Amino acid sequence: MSATDTEARGAELLAQSQRRQERVRRSLRRRHASELAFWLLGLAASMVALVFVAVLFGNILSQGLPAFQQVKYYGEVHFDPDVVNIDERPVRQAGQSAADYQAELRGWQRQLAMANWNALIVESVRRDAALPEADDRAIISIIDSGARFVLRDMVEADPSLIGQRVQVELLGSANADNFVKGKLSRDLPDERHQLSRPARDLIDALVEESTMSLAFAWHLFTNVDSRSAPASAGLAGAFMGSLYMMLVVIVLAVPIGVASAIYLEEFAPKNRFTDLIEVNINNLAAVPSIVFGLLGAAVFINYFRMPLSAPLVGGLVLTLMTLPTVIIATRSSLRAVPPSLRQAALGIGASKTQTVFHHVLPVTFPGILTASILGVAQALGETAPLLLIGMNAFVANIPATPLDQSAALPVQIYLWQGNENRNFFEARTFATIIVLLGLMISLNALAIYLRGRLDKRTAR
Amino acid sequence: MDSFWIAALVLAVVALSYQMGLSRSRQVAMSAGTTAGTRLHSRPQYHGASVALWSVVPLLFVLLLWLLLGNTVSRWFVLPMLPAEIVDQGGTALNTAMQRVRSISSGFGVAGVPADYEIAAAARLGQVEFFLRTGALALGAMFAAAGFYLARNRISPRFHARNEIERVIQLLLVICSLVAILTTLGIVLSLAFETLRFFTFVHPLDFFFGLTWNRRYAVTGDEVTGSYGMLPLLWGTLMVAGIAMFVAIPVGLMTAIYLSQYAPPRVRSFVKPIVEILAGIPTIVYGFFALVTVGPFLSSLASGLGFSINTTSALTAGLVMGIMIIPFISSLSDDIIRQVPRAMREGSLGLGATKSETIRKVVLPAALPGIVGAILLAVSRAIGETMIVLLAAGNSPVLRFDPTEPTSTITVTIVAQMFGDSDFAAPQSLVAFALGLTLFVITLLLNVVALQIVRRYREQYE
Repeated sequence: MSATDTEARGAELLAQSQRRQERVRRSLRRRHASELAFWLLGLAASMVALVFVAVLFGNILSQGLPAFQQVKYYGEVHFDPDVVNIDERPVRQAGQSAADYQAELRGWQRQLAMANWNALIVESVRRDAALPEADDRAIISIIDSGARFVLRDMVEADPSLIGQRVQVELLGSANADNFVKGKLSRDLPDERHQLSRPARDLIDALVEESTMSLAFAWHLFTNVDSRSAPASAGLAGAFMGSLYMMLVVIVLAVPIGVASAIYLEEFAPKNRFTDLIEVNINNLAAVPSIVFGLLGAAVFINYFRMPLSAPLVGGLVLTLMTLPTVIIATRSSLRAVPPSLRQAALGIGASKTQTVFHHVLPVTFPGILTASILGVAQALGETAPLLLIGMNAFVANIPATPLDQSAALPVQIYLWQGNENRNFFEARTFATIIVLLGLMISLNALAIYLRGRLDKRTAR
Repeated sequence: MDSFWIAALVLAVVALSYQMGLSRSRQVAMSAGTTAGTRLHSRPQYHGASVALWSVVPLLFVLLLWLLLGNTVSRWFVLPMLPAEIVDQGGTALNTAMQRVRSISSGFGVAGVPADYEIAAAARLGQVEFFLRTGALALGAMFAAAGFYLARNRISPRFHARNEIERVIQLLLVICSLVAILTTLGIVLSLAFETLRFFTFVHPLDFFFGLTWNRRYAVTGDEVTGSYGMLPLLWGTLMVAGIAMFVAIPVGLMTAIYLSQYAPPRVRSFVKPIVEILAGIPTIVYGFFALVTVGPFLSSLASGLGFSINTTSALTAGLVMGIMIIPFISSLSDDIIRQVPRAMREGSLGLGATKSETIRKVVLPAALPGIVGAILLAVSRAIGETMIVLLAAGNSPVLRFDPTEPTSTITVTIVAQMFGDSDFAAPQSLVAFALGLTLFVITLLLNVVALQIVRRYREQYE
């Protein structure tokens, strides 16, 4: 072999290895690029998820918070005896039956209702705005139509008000509220405007001298839903309805759920029947909520003839729906208890029941509590099944018992989103969402807090 | 007030009998304690509980009978006192008359002057109710006393009170765990029963394979109008769920991969709970968000780009539903990816594979069955979702293939057909049960398959 041959061979080998290195380098570059791309993709996906959360909450807060403030009119109303011309409030006579007294009282209340309360409002606004020539209809259109009932209720509670001048706080109408908040454009031609020109001028005048101003809308929490007076519609009825349902869920779902979890985890023999229960519970947890609504409609409403729209029925349906959640969570916390605890208790002669109730259950208490609260929070937000048992009915009362007609918070969202006065009710619906989410978040926070506290205590 | 006193009475019976059982068993123990070997088998509390049970259960039994039958009995006594024409009329007239009699009898009175027969009937009603109440209480007290006497006399050192109580507790536990079974049974039976009734109006083939859904409400009773073909709804359901999965699978899966494989612990502990907030938000909130914000946004975005999207459309609903499902997929996949054994991952890294190659070629294939299970669970959830679609999909049950047009789903139609309408005899509301049964079967199949896959996957690595 000649020297040149060797040289050529060497050069070729060198070139070959260089080429190989080049190939490896290229492939490494490609692989690192794809590594980077994959990492970026993952980061982007997480960012997208975070952005969704941010947009959702930003949207809810920015649109809902303004609705917690509403336009109010602060003025002095003169309860003119000529306008409010009514008899003395009837007093129950000795020997009068309760029904007769009720009938008489109702007659008096009818008289009250017939009085021209709007005239009082008109007089008051005209005096305060220093606009004696202001148009009656314009004045009535900027004050909430529930205001006359506020005045009526004041007199009903205290008939001695007649003849007096009283400082009152009345709600502005929904349109006035929109106008003050700038949601009604000032540039629209008169014929397309929801408020007449005199009404708009009146609002401007009243706002100027601050007899009309934005204030915190407490009535959102204390009033019931209203159709005729949208500005005074509130959540009190829905709130009580939800509260009753949650009470039913707590009273029924938690004990039944915990008891069946204890049976399945600690006592049940391993056989086909308990297997069936097990599979059944897992599947029940994934049944769409609306199917529970159908069950409620067919069984509770149609078969047992329970009342429509009652929180009791809603609570029962939600109980059946939350039951699997409570059972599954309780079972997993029972499973987490070390067997040594059971063996120790059994070893010193405790019976099976004593072991479970005196030793295992206390340890799992934080877990069960958390599971229950989370189950209740989940039930609080559920809407679809409630629509099927008639809870979407319009109810203008605070339910006194769980058997009365009632709305619920999530259903109220559904009802208000469908209101024709979109401009006003959109913000209001978002405000309801804030209230509902606030409740759910506090429940979850409570669960986390209690868990932390109790865990520490049991660990000690 | 009545019920309050009765509850108080029951509680008093429980407390008293428990206490007396307790002290009696202590007494027995004291007198027997002197001779060795005859100590009480059970602790005094169990004896007390046993006596309390034996006293209160008979009492409750009698009270329950009174509660269930009392009204019927008193009505039976009062009916002959009412004029024959009202009794013959039955229905509302009779109920009103009975209500008046009750009002007079309770002392509340009625407006106006009550008729003579009403006063007589009210007096009779008062007598009967008084008799029934006293009778029920006396009988209950007798039963309770008898139970108490029997149970108290059974107390002896050898009496196994604890075993008895434990049997009762066991029984209660079993009854509670039957509730879940009864729920499923109730769902299946009520859905199946009403569906069969629906099929007497509409042929099953027309229902399952009909191409048009036309809900026209019959004015009178149960005549069949309109056509009930389910396929447009099924298609709408699948389309919305498909769009949702199209959004949720990539985002959810990549988030899970990033959080479990790449993210530093601090980022993970911050991002994971925030993403999971999405799972806790009520669906009505998503629905309203879709209707008010996402729909108009998509619509104006599209018109800016020169084509049109309806504000309420399958796309809007699907997109927002996808957001809702992201945490569902991401947290389930996260769990599953973390279950892949370390050895597999480290082996691959040791051979020189990059992290992403390890994930794509080793971790994901190993976790695939579990992820498929998670996705199936998410699909079943998307199919059963109601409120988002009800608000944001436009509710138009027409067979359309364009996702930018309004559509309707099975769940939405269930709500639409049952809305405030409790006339259970008409096909218009019965069809909701047929749709519900279809939905139930579809989701059940998906769940069974998914849970099976996930369980087998877990067993593989345990």
